[in-house]
Amino acid sequence: MPKSLRPVFLNLTQIQMPVGALTSIGHRFTGVLLALGLPFGLYLFYLSLKSEETFATMMGWLSHPAIHGLATILVWALAHHLLAGVRHLLTDINVGSTLHSARRSAWLVNLSALAIALIASGVLL
Amino acid sequence: MKCQFTGLVAWRVQRISAIYMLLFFLYMLSALWLHPWPTYVEWRGWVRRPSISVAILIFFAALLSHMWVGLRDVLLDYARPESLRWFLLAVLGTSLFGAAAWIVWLLLQVQK
Repeated sequence: MPKSLRPVFLNLTQIQMPVGALTSIGHRFTGVLLALGLPFGLYLFYLSLKSEETFATMMGWLSHPAIHGLATILVWALAHHLLAGVRHLLTDINVGSTLHSARRSAWLVNLSALAIALIASGVLL
Repeated sequence: MKCQFTGLVAWRVQRISAIYMLLFFLYMLSALWLHPWPTYVEWRGWVRRPSISVAILIFFAALLSHMWVGLRDVLLDYARPESLRWFLLAVLGTSLFGAAAWIVWLLLQVQK
């Protein structure tokens, strides 16, 4: 019997991911990130409605650097997840399925998400 | 365990909830664009409008079912061994139901 070659050792630092793979794993990663952010989001929603004071406190938090940084990351996650999702939906109806256009839209998604995060970071400041 | 919320049903739930949330975000963004930085009274008044309350409720229903499909996929892919996977799926399901109950309570509070 031939010697089994398993388990295969994959060196993750040597794997070159094509741009579509980055968009894809990014879609999953940002989805998990957004899910982790939901409890905080719900808590903010609660504070925003509870009373005038809690509303003001919550708005004040946005100017705190740590909160501002977290908010920027979550905006990036939302933008990436949303745009990658739209790309997915378009693929479902056979729009942009060729390798060339899929690669182009993958770049567009990755870069637009970063751009949106930067703009939002500026607006929220 | 036979769950009806898998396969093609899950696929459809994921797509329909995604489209609803997308439209909801576009609406929210345009509302905020036209009227940035609302005061507390304006914000609360807006949320408690019946049409908006219902739209928010549907949004969270879409969000939580979308989260179930997505996070279920993630757990099916990575959570090993199987006992841990079932445990995490149960934790996830319970949390989503808990969140849903809390959101309904919150929206009812706002109506008062």
